[in-house]
Amino acid sequence: MENNYTRAKEPRNQGQTTMKNPQKLSIFVYNLNVRIRKVPKKFSKGDNLFKLLTAVAASSIFIILGLTVYELIIGSRLSIQRFGIEFLVGTKWDPAISQVFGALPLILGTLVTSAIALLIGVPISLGIGLALSEFSPKRFGFAVSFLVELLAAIPSVIYGLWGIFTLIPFLRNNVYLPLQAMFGFISLFSGPIYGGGVLTAGIVLAIMIIPTVSAVSRDAFSAVPNTQREAMISLGATKWETAKIVISYARTGVIGAIILGLGRAVGETMAVTMVIGNKFQLLPASLFDAWYTMAAIIANEFTEATYDLYVNALIEVGLVLFFIALIINILARLIVWRSLRLVRGIARE
Amino acid sequence: MAHYTVRKIVDRSMRILAYFALIAALIPLFSILGEVILKGASSINIDFLTQPSPTVGEAGGGVANAIQGTLITVGLASLIGVPLGLVSGIFLSEYSEAKISSPIRFFNDVLSGFPSIVVGIFSYALIVRAIGFSVTAAAFALAIIMTPIVTRTTEEAMKLVPATVREAAIALGVPLWRTIVSVVLSGAKKGIATGILLALARIAGESAPVLVTMGYWRWWFAGLNQPAANLTLNIYIFAISPFENWQALAWGSALVLVMFILGINIIVRAATREKYK
Amino acid sequence: MTHMSYKFEIENLNAWFGSKHVLNNISIKIREKAVTAVIGPSGCGKTTLIRCLNRMHEIVPNARVSGKVLFNGIDIYNEDADPVQIRRKMGMVFQKPNPFPMMSIYDNVAAGLKLNGIRDKKRLDEVVERSLKMAILWDEVKDDMDKSGASLSGGQQQRLCIARALAVEPEVMLMDEPCSALDPIATAKIETLIRMLAEDYTVVIVTHNMQQAARVSDFTAFLYLGELIEYGSTKDLFENPKNELTEKYITGQFG
Repeated sequence: MENNYTRAKEPRNQGQTTMKNPQKLSIFVYNLNVRIRKVPKKFSKGDNLFKLLTAVAASSIFIILGLTVYELIIGSRLSIQRFGIEFLVGTKWDPAISQVFGALPLILGTLVTSAIALLIGVPISLGIGLALSEFSPKRFGFAVSFLVELLAAIPSVIYGLWGIFTLIPFLRNNVYLPLQAMFGFISLFSGPIYGGGVLTAGIVLAIMIIPTVSAVSRDAFSAVPNTQREAMISLGATKWETAKIVISYARTGVIGAIILGLGRAVGETMAVTMVIGNKFQLLPASLFDAWYTMAAIIANEFTEATYDLYVNALIEVGLVLFFIALIINILARLIVWRSLRLVRGIARE
Repeated sequence: MAHYTVRKIVDRSMRILAYFALIAALIPLFSILGEVILKGASSINIDFLTQPSPTVGEAGGGVANAIQGTLITVGLASLIGVPLGLVSGIFLSEYSEAKISSPIRFFNDVLSGFPSIVVGIFSYALIVRAIGFSVTAAAFALAIIMTPIVTRTTEEAMKLVPATVREAAIALGVPLWRTIVSVVLSGAKKGIATGILLALARIAGESAPVLVTMGYWRWWFAGLNQPAANLTLNIYIFAISPFENWQALAWGSALVLVMFILGINIIVRAATREKYK
Repeated sequence: MTHMSYKFEIENLNAWFGSKHVLNNISIKIREKAVTAVIGPSGCGKTTLIRCLNRMHEIVPNARVSGKVLFNGIDIYNEDADPVQIRRKMGMVFQKPNPFPMMSIYDNVAAGLKLNGIRDKKRLDEVVERSLKMAILWDEVKDDMDKSGASLSGGQQQRLCIARALAVEPEVMLMDEPCSALDPIATAKIETLIRMLAEDYTVVIVTHNMQQAARVSDFTAFLYLGELIEYGSTKDLFENPKNELTEKYITGQFG
């Protein structure tokens, strides 16, 4: 079957195409000039230079990422030398007296607050994705999704500001105190309540990841071919039952969306440090207790780090964060990319 | 038929829950915007817009120096971020089948989702160690954050320009590279401009990288090798301070920042929606 | 053919896509336990017509219907009618086979049953086997029931979709050009299947292939530009068309 791609591989066919589709012709000619190296000489010099220059600029991403890893490692070498692998499991952080640093509580804090963010944020995001793609008319979807995306445009530090002055008092009085009154016997809900802490940080993070997770999920749902929905509907399924099929079909994309959300949660700095209480301890006493995350400790202590080992230790925390975030983000992108191709591939059959 | 009734109830309940989820997301949005507007508006007065940051114990004060500092830092960052992103986006769009394009695109996407504080540490290691906490270091970090955004939006904008445009120019004997630069670029300029605006909005709100490369500064701009004041840092420092007038300034700064960022976002949405008509 | 009852009585059916008037005052009576073919050139509204029978037309945004469709004597477009329950009574097969790729063959067929709350494994096994046998697919897949629904060939996928539709024991089978995406061998199998279905079900089949209509159906309706031009027994319509337009169409002069 003849199509543009087979034609582009036959450069001898210059210009002698049937004029069935002018668009395809121009793509064909364009491909000739750009893809095939056998270009007439008068084009080659300027074009090759241009291609080279732009390629170098675009490749800067590799240099940036590589240099970042390099600088992070160099910048934390004192700490790496001093503590080695113990850094990752160390539970003491004492810049003042013994000058011992360990990151385990920070790693735990980051993971736990992110997990809370997912527990709260993912169901809400999926609900939004379904509401906008399966349960409402298109125009409603447009207007509302714009609003949800605005949540993503609000800077982290403003989430923190609102967290301190609005959310914390609200949660303390209307949620935490009642929770403790009812479930205080469970250790998770025991202890002094000042309003900030682990749960609050998780809630703020949940709100911050909702735009990402819901938008990517919604894309995944939209990519599900309508024929699948029609098959369910013709069997006499309700809208919710049809939605379940859509989620099932799009589940790879949904997983990708969730991991993307995790990536965001792990890296959030200002909003977290402003509400979590910044207390270095291996485990918090309860959900209402203060804690610390990798990003928060860097933000909090970096400008106060007065001696080299201290700075190095903080940079090493940054290094750990870098790798965790890198792995999560790469995983997420791989899954999302593959899922979109998978869904479209099945749809084409 | 009882089972069918159950199905109908489940169906309706789930749909209601989905809409509740929507409301659950919109409530914080309105709360944040509402609080920023309400609490921030009361701070805005002439002093606010013309005075620099107050010292401890000093009454009043403003954010004029922070606005100045933010503008300078963001402007400086754009000097690197915009050209670099533009050229990268051109490459990805015009040579998108080159083997190196997929990895570039992939890692650009990865970098977009990255913790910005790590970028800040990178800039610290590279620049602060050389010339100290400075606007330059902050701008460098912001430029790195900005570039992938500009790259992607430029690529998408240029890909929208139909192939016929390129083909016509080439048929007239215009060299390919000039075709791209003059013809395609100008065809894509709306998309590129909106992309740049969105990137500006994003970095104007970044605080973590600015914190570790500049720190808090309460004076006017004092040179590229010195720190400068910054709206986001002001919000942070003033919010966690115990002084009420400082806290009020935090809300005021937040309002200025939010107006700037939301303003850009709304303009961009309005502009891009026209495209579909 | 001696049994004269009507499964559907369509009265003054009109359908629109936005402002586009796709079906214009259609009135037909569809016979029970017979195969009725709907033919006509592209865009004549034949797909829209059968989609109006199970209220699938209206799920598209901006789609509208007016008129009456009496199914077993009751108007399905009545204000109190529940589209979900109506669709349950009719099975639909689409132009492109659309099995659920993330489910096994077994689960595909059982999908409708599970919707209706049937969980009993024995009962499910029974119905799945019966449906696949009716769809002439059982022998080909009985040892591979766990494979994905999408792993079958096109013709097999379509028979799977037919089995899936039959599993919920509908009274009617609506088929929208079920063979247009298939090769001649698969098509032949499905045509045989359709003739067998007619013994127990009312079948309405849309087809752009006139020979297929002639082979498979007892009655034929010819639509053109949203209007019902002619309707009668297949034999009569093809051998002695009453309308000039019909004659032109079946002799291949247009469409």
